Amino acid sequence: MAGRLLEVENLHVWFDLPQHRELHAVQGVSFAVDRGERLGLVGESGSGKTTTILALMGLLPPTASVAGKVYVDGEDVLARGERTVASYRWKDLAMVFQGAMNAFNPVRRIGDQLVEPMELHGIASGQTARKRAGELLERVGIPAARLRNYPHEFSGGMRQRAAIAMALACDPKLLLADEPTTALDVMVQAQILELLVALTNDLGLALVLVTHDLPVVAQTCTSAAVMYAGEIVEAGPMDALYHDPEHPYTRLLFAATPDLESRDVVVSIPGAPPRLDQAIVGCPFQPRCDRAVARCLAERPSLRRMGDDHDAACHLAGVGAGEVVA
Amino acid sequence: MTTAEQTAEQTAVPAVALPPRPSRLRRLLSSPVLANRQSLVGLSILGLFVLVALIGPLFIHGDVRAKVGPVFAPPSRRFWLGTDGGGSDMVQLLVMGARVSLLVGFASAAVSVLIGGTVGLLSGFYGGKTDIVLMRITDYVLVLPDIPLMIVVAALFGRSLTNIILIIGIIYWTSTARLLRAQVKSVRERVYVQRARALGAGNARLIFRHVLPQVTPLLIANTVLFIAYAIFAETFITFLGLGDPSIVSWGRLIENAFTDDAILNNAWWAIVPPGVAVTVVVLACTMTGQAMEDALNPRLRSGHLSVRRFRLRPVPGEGLGAGAGTGAVPASPAPPREPS
Amino acid sequence: MSANGNGVGPLLEVEGLVVRYPVQRGVTGAAMRREKQFVHAVSGVSFSVSRGEMVALVGESGCGKTTTAQAVLQLIRSQEGSVRFDGIDVTALGARELRRLRRRMQIIYQDPYESLDPRFRVESTVAEALVVHHEGTRRDRRERVAQALELAGLTPPELYLNRYPHELSGGQRQRVAIAASLALGPELLVADEPVSMLDVSVRAGILTILDTLRDSGLAVLMITHDLSTAARFADRICVMYLGRIVEEGPAVQVVEDPQHPYTKALLSVVPRRDPRRRVQPQILRGETPNPIDVPPGCRFHPRCPVAIAECRATDPELRAPVGAAEEHRAACILAGR
Repeated sequence: MAGRLLEVENLHVWFDLPQHRELHAVQGVSFAVDRGERLGLVGESGSGKTTTILALMGLLPPTASVAGKVYVDGEDVLARGERTVASYRWKDLAMVFQGAMNAFNPVRRIGDQLVEPMELHGIASGQTARKRAGELLERVGIPAARLRNYPHEFSGGMRQRAAIAMALACDPKLLLADEPTTALDVMVQAQILELLVALTNDLGLALVLVTHDLPVVAQTCTSAAVMYAGEIVEAGPMDALYHDPEHPYTRLLFAATPDLESRDVVVSIPGAPPRLDQAIVGCPFQPRCDRAVARCLAERPSLRRMGDDHDAACHLAGVGAGEVVA
Repeated sequence: MTTAEQTAEQTAVPAVALPPRPSRLRRLLSSPVLANRQSLVGLSILGLFVLVALIGPLFIHGDVRAKVGPVFAPPSRRFWLGTDGGGSDMVQLLVMGARVSLLVGFASAAVSVLIGGTVGLLSGFYGGKTDIVLMRITDYVLVLPDIPLMIVVAALFGRSLTNIILIIGIIYWTSTARLLRAQVKSVRERVYVQRARALGAGNARLIFRHVLPQVTPLLIANTVLFIAYAIFAETFITFLGLGDPSIVSWGRLIENAFTDDAILNNAWWAIVPPGVAVTVVVLACTMTGQAMEDALNPRLRSGHLSVRRFRLRPVPGEGLGAGAGTGAVPASPAPPREPS
Repeated sequence: MSANGNGVGPLLEVEGLVVRYPVQRGVTGAAMRREKQFVHAVSGVSFSVSRGEMVALVGESGCGKTTTAQAVLQLIRSQEGSVRFDGIDVTALGARELRRLRRRMQIIYQDPYESLDPRFRVESTVAEALVVHHEGTRRDRRERVAQALELAGLTPPELYLNRYPHELSGGQRQRVAIAASLALGPELLVADEPVSMLDVSVRAGILTILDTLRDSGLAVLMITHDLSTAARFADRICVMYLGRIVEEGPAVQVVEDPQHPYTKALLSVVPRRDPRRRVQPQILRGETPNPIDVPPGCRFHPRCPVAIAECRATDPELRAPVGAAEEHRAACILAGR
């Protein structure tokens, strides 16, 4: 079998804190994505999901230190730090940022901003670049004539599309989308998600969608990884995660999300995530877990294979401890 | 569990969620003013000068301007900084001058803050017509040429210290007003101010309990910077001959040195020390004021613009087991990790 | 005008509410005699909220739901229409009487990180309402503050009284905000997106507080863009579009049997939790037109998938479609046909 497009192996990220302390923001994350696949990286604030994809792009601040391997088409991207990453950035891996709507330079035209990455990476320049920019806009559903507009002349949804177009400028193989629809209305969200799905199908793009919104992932992605306290606690096909969750956090997270078609009681998860500037003893979710046993206090669980591509990091997983959510 | 129990469990928040608080002393020491080395240095220097200005004159007997030595005597063991064109001890003159210059600095800053602060506050808070009228007034005052105005005032009302203080305060309050207006406008829109209004709080309460405390730190920073300018302003006013003839200030020392042809007599000790004194105090105020402003104005922070350059390191030891090898040390209490 | 009403009927009755903002023309605009334009934020909204009822105002951005909520409390002035709180028309009240009425209607805001004064301790924040309205002695206030904190789920209250907002999590801050609005014992609570900035795992905790309060007689007007939350927690839903209510009715009915094409489309694009539930999304093209240039006739007709010629001419009324229950109404001439 050919290698996966993206393989992340045991990724760690630390941030320096004052007084020689560290925040261990990402703690040994591993996952893989293939062409045409859509992976959802789900988690609440502080789970490390945004930091993870920033690490893949090498866009972390100087206070960050990184360990682990990131293979893009078999090549270690982080091997020599900034130098290697820079050559992949935008050409193989592109990112759509959180608040991308505000990521445009307000005093430059959209067209110029789309052309910029092409010229920087030597993909195209001048007339060819502008033509490509027009095509990119059309692909995301905006008339090419609007290249001449300034960002403020676009609505929020259009700017998000333009941000996606900009990410596609150098024909990347993988798109990392950080909360692409979070600040958008539900109708516009549907348009953007429809666009992202179409792009992965038509262009064979791989997509990693980072979000806290479970239903969005459920409807858009083929598989997902649930992050908590800097690590992946469960990963697998969407269907398995919803209908057969093996980690209590996954189960509870779904239960905490109200659904249009369910009259179930919506639960909340008491407590708060653990601090990441201190060593975690035992399972990070244990203080909030409704099924914790003595072993959970002492021993930190690692990801174990539960079924077809389905992993979970829970001592009680696989022994019927995950309630089936009908 | 029953629905009631479930509901109770849903609504209650476990009591252990809060970290311990650092002591008051620690909080004071880490406040933006004191924690910054730059402002500490500035404040120390200022403090030193204030001390000299307060205590120094106690050691001086008799009229400082009396002739106690030869004219333009160079620095010696008796006269550490020599004498000026009238034969008076430079050191004593400097000390007396400190008192006046600092007084002018602080007093005119007070006048300016009072006027500018009030204008800015009312303008920013009430907006509408009040804002328009007050800002027009501000514009007119801003346009007035300072030196001609001082000459006119000196000619009409005489050259007294009070007049100088008032003039400096009245001409230069506009920047404070503008700064405060912008701040107040922004704070007024904050949700907690809106919420207090929704509760039924009146304008007075909103201003004094919610808005003012929020803008005071910036106002203080601005005042400190103003003091620097006021001291400098006094210096050049006096130098131009508009100062109070009966008062000894650093500006007067420089003026005297000039009119007495100190330079022709190679008497650098008559001109340089007062100039240096003014410079140092102005520098100290500026350092403090700037440091305070940097600490208080979040937009000035540009950490997020730093170059992206992460560091690589080896993967931690034997996996994550008991958290070994992460290098994280449970240390003194850190602020809770707020959701991003 | 007395501060006490008649006590019967819905607690809050909004009728024909209109809120307009003039668009600044500037000096050149005025000189060129450009026509005065208005942002028609709210164009005739009518609904009611009874004691012990939670009504959700649902819609996308620009539909006017937040403006409506603010106008109900007269935090912004409305131009037309009436807002009757316990029989009293608040739009006609002067500032002083309005202030007195404020004890009975409160608001919680969306952003828990901004809605608490960072310089006030929790106790001061929660007690502020009492202080502003000169209620009780210091000891009384402390007790009422403790009670309010407990109602908001912050127990034991002693642990939180002396804290500053920056020491609390988002969920805790929102609870403090709720406690602060409960201190005076209001009868109406307006909640503007109370949980949208909180993590999913803490949302239900906050919503359950509102739920419980509603059960003990509080009237709650919840503003939200999240249909799933509205469906699960509200008794009635009013769907807003471009300054009007286009559909309203019992939550279950509106969600299971929507009558207005906009509601139908909206419901179809809300993602479901269950990956096996693939609803055929009716994705409307374009975005909501801006409230300055309101389309003639039915406001929704340019984007409506089933619009007919008549829709361009008629501005439909909110009425119960034939065959549907009386309390479920929609503003569409095709509803129920």
